[in-house]
Amino acid sequence: MSIEAKEEFRPKIVAFCCNWCSYAGADLAGSSRLSYPADVKIIRVPCSCRVNPMFILRAFEKGADGVIMCGCHPGDCHYTTGNYYARRRMTLLFSMLDFIGVENGRTRVEWVSAAEGVKFSQTMNEFVEKIYSLGKNVRLEDLRCRN
Amino acid sequence: MAYTYGNAQNAAERIKEISGVNPLKCMKCGKCSATCPAFNEMDIKPHQFVTYVQNGDIDALAQSKSLWKCLSCFACVERCPRDVKPGKLIDAARQLVVRERGQNYLEADEIPELIDEETPQQLLVSAFRRYRR
Amino acid sequence: MQRIGVFVCHCGTNIAATVDVKKVVEMAAKEPGVVHAEDYQYMCSEAGQAKIINAIHEKNLTGIVVCSCSPRMHEATFRKAAAKAGLNPYMVEIANIREHCSWIHKDMEEATLKAVILARAAIAKVNLDAPLQPGESLVTKRALVIGGGIAGIQSALDIAEAGYEVDIVEKLPSIGGRMSQLDKTFPTLDCSACILTPKMVEAAAHEKINIYTYSEVEKVSGFVGDFTVDIRKKARSVDMSKCTGCGVCSEKCPSKKNANEFNRGLNNRSAIYIPFAQAIPNVPVIDRENCIKFKTGKCGACSKVCAAGAIDYEQKDEIVTQKYGAIVVATGFDVIPLDKYDEYAYSQSKDVITSLELERIMNAAGPTKGHLERLSDGKAPKNIVFVQCVGSRCSDERGKSYCSKICCMYTAKHAMLIRDKYPDTNVTVFYIDVRTPGKNFDEFYRRAVEDYGVNYVKGQVGKVIPQPDGTLMVQASDLLENKQIHMEADMVVLAAAIEPNKDVRKIATMLTASIDTNNFLTEAHAKLRPVESPTAGIFLSGVCQGPKDIPETVAQAGAAAVKAIGLLAKDKLTTNPCTAHSDELLCNGCSQCANVCPYGAISYEEKQVNDHGIRETRRIAVVNNALCQGCGACTVTCPSGAMDLQGFSNRQILAEVDAICR
Repeated sequence: MSIEAKEEFRPKIVAFCCNWCSYAGADLAGSSRLSYPADVKIIRVPCSCRVNPMFILRAFEKGADGVIMCGCHPGDCHYTTGNYYARRRMTLLFSMLDFIGVENGRTRVEWVSAAEGVKFSQTMNEFVEKIYSLGKNVRLEDLRCRN
Repeated sequence: MAYTYGNAQNAAERIKEISGVNPLKCMKCGKCSATCPAFNEMDIKPHQFVTYVQNGDIDALAQSKSLWKCLSCFACVERCPRDVKPGKLIDAARQLVVRERGQNYLEADEIPELIDEETPQQLLVSAFRRYRR
Repeated sequence: MQRIGVFVCHCGTNIAATVDVKKVVEMAAKEPGVVHAEDYQYMCSEAGQAKIINAIHEKNLTGIVVCSCSPRMHEATFRKAAAKAGLNPYMVEIANIREHCSWIHKDMEEATLKAVILARAAIAKVNLDAPLQPGESLVTKRALVIGGGIAGIQSALDIAEAGYEVDIVEKLPSIGGRMSQLDKTFPTLDCSACILTPKMVEAAAHEKINIYTYSEVEKVSGFVGDFTVDIRKKARSVDMSKCTGCGVCSEKCPSKKNANEFNRGLNNRSAIYIPFAQAIPNVPVIDRENCIKFKTGKCGACSKVCAAGAIDYEQKDEIVTQKYGAIVVATGFDVIPLDKYDEYAYSQSKDVITSLELERIMNAAGPTKGHLERLSDGKAPKNIVFVQCVGSRCSDERGKSYCSKICCMYTAKHAMLIRDKYPDTNVTVFYIDVRTPGKNFDEFYRRAVEDYGVNYVKGQVGKVIPQPDGTLMVQASDLLENKQIHMEADMVVLAAAIEPNKDVRKIATMLTASIDTNNFLTEAHAKLRPVESPTAGIFLSGVCQGPKDIPETVAQAGAAAVKAIGLLAKDKLTTNPCTAHSDELLCNGCSQCANVCPYGAISYEEKQVNDHGIRETRRIAVVNNALCQGCGACTVTCPSGAMDLQGFSNRQILAEVDAICR
């Protein structure tokens, strides 16, 4: 994709962050002034297991170009087992999304602890770059939802 | 003749690029110099190399004896606690100079005549590592 | 329709420098439901809160959005303000436009646009908010302290002094921890045992303190105020109620060649042993791996000589289950293994030792009875080299990225003690930086240099080469003289980095307390809540949270105790009202939600329902709000969409997604 097109295309990226680890990690990235592109918008959920596949499908339907879900590291879940459920659900959902043409690169699960501000920012930078390289997501967008 | 490697900052950037080293990570502990077998032969010591690159003083490095005294044994690279790898910086500076002089890489055929009793085996190995393409 | 007020904070210039707050106000005012929007310098200030309260009164607001810092920072503040004005505190949403926006973006236009979108998402969410009422839960007035070192002992004493029952669980056969292994302590040089043992005795004698030694925490369930903990009391093979601590069993034990852990393996102990003279309890334990009776079945020497008949080979591990309101973690530290540091010859020479081993050598109860001697040949060393930062401040995988904090001071202490006791010994310290922040610390280090003639050299040791004659060749750099040093030494002491106790990860997982990449437990706030874990009811004491020296550990242990006392002093806690709720018209009683619930909060009831005029009895999921912690696992599992989470409902999150993608 050409550089001109890259400048025009501003992706919409939704990040679901669990309240205990990743949201705090994002806060730490903020207070450490570790920048990542403004295209990422964070939604706070109590735990990664609160992320219903429906939310992700809805995001793509509404024109999101990428969705990332962050939770506590396996074994460190504030609610003991939530991230294990989330991991299984997402594996299933992502493979289905891939099947219907939403590339695997547009979806991602990452474990970020409250102490990993650097990792949060790095992950977001990588993810946004990936979305730029994939370009606009047109597969699942419901045209009726466009304003 | 004095080598001038573009502007100083540029040359320093090239050295960082070739070596893959970030000299800012150095905490000036001196373990590289403590570990270096060629320390006494050098005019600019391994730990100072990092500072020279940091300050962009590349001309001085290019003209230093150290460039050619380093055995490339990489003991400093192995033991550096901060992953700064002074040996790689020296290697990169050397490459910069070699390139400037016109690619006079060592050919494998030339080795036998250069060998004398005094040459340590390690030097040959490191020469290969550095110059063979 | 809600009547929403939007309040945009400048946070001085923290937000206003990169976000056009006026623009955010202007855009927010256009959103559906918004009837009031304003900005202010500091929303969290008294005046800022007054603005919110006034607006709620004047405009009859039913919900508010504050665009400010992270909700982890001030959500509670704004909820309280709302409650003051008579608004349900759960009708407040925060748009995080500082940590997630102004602090990480430089371009004003971009940051402002993002702030508007974040505000929009929060408005969309508050539009669907419903008033929530928190419940109450009872507090068990008993605390658990994990770890019986100085940190754990101090926390336990402070909690017990406030009148609450405390249990200490210690993995080893005696309390005392790392401090009991030290000889002297900086910067006053008092003897470690002299100041620690009275505390150990006090803890053991305290009527409110119960000590489980040779025990481990096995399982933790429950939540703040109401934890249930399983403690495994490992079989000591000695009946604690009968033993008199006479020590004859250890003397007569024929299995004597077992590494003495207390002396860092520098000498041996018998298979039945009391770890050290001042041990509490003063009761031996049989190390079953090395006991001849347990290995071959033939021996029983200890049992024969024990006049009290306390030896019990049949003893089994015992599980004690106890309820606690608060848990203090004080698991402490160990030094890192040095087997990857070949250049210092630690595993090649007996005369290359760690500082903790030197502590044992200097100690009168140690392997050399306190005489400074080489472990290889028993001779007095004439030249001693200290190497600083071995594995500290390392960015490679061999060491630790952090400064271990205590090494500069204890090395100065060792150097000083050696020069004092053995004045004809030459002591050289190789340092990178000497870091001595602390009361009387720098003065202490300067005394080592100026009064005791310790030779400090700025530079690092590159390698240590054991010589055939038994000496050690030390090759180092002197950065100030810009030269390489080759010197002969009789003993090399390595200031090895410290790391959290290996078991802490297991414990953190049980407690669901978060832990960082170095295995230090994370505090709830790096500056403002340094002794609390983000998990409510868990408090941090000592080095498990980060490297610190004894006074700092004791101070933190006291602080952790006060936080625990503050919790135990309450009769009831208000519970999080953001719990799951099942819609009885949608629930089909399939039990999937109960299967994923980590708290066992879901049960089933046969209930009369009226489904569009049809009356019938159905099996329906019911959530116990006191047990539910609000993770939401059940909401996603529910196939019929009956289960929803209050405060984070499906519709609310979808509304946020819509607002962001609009």
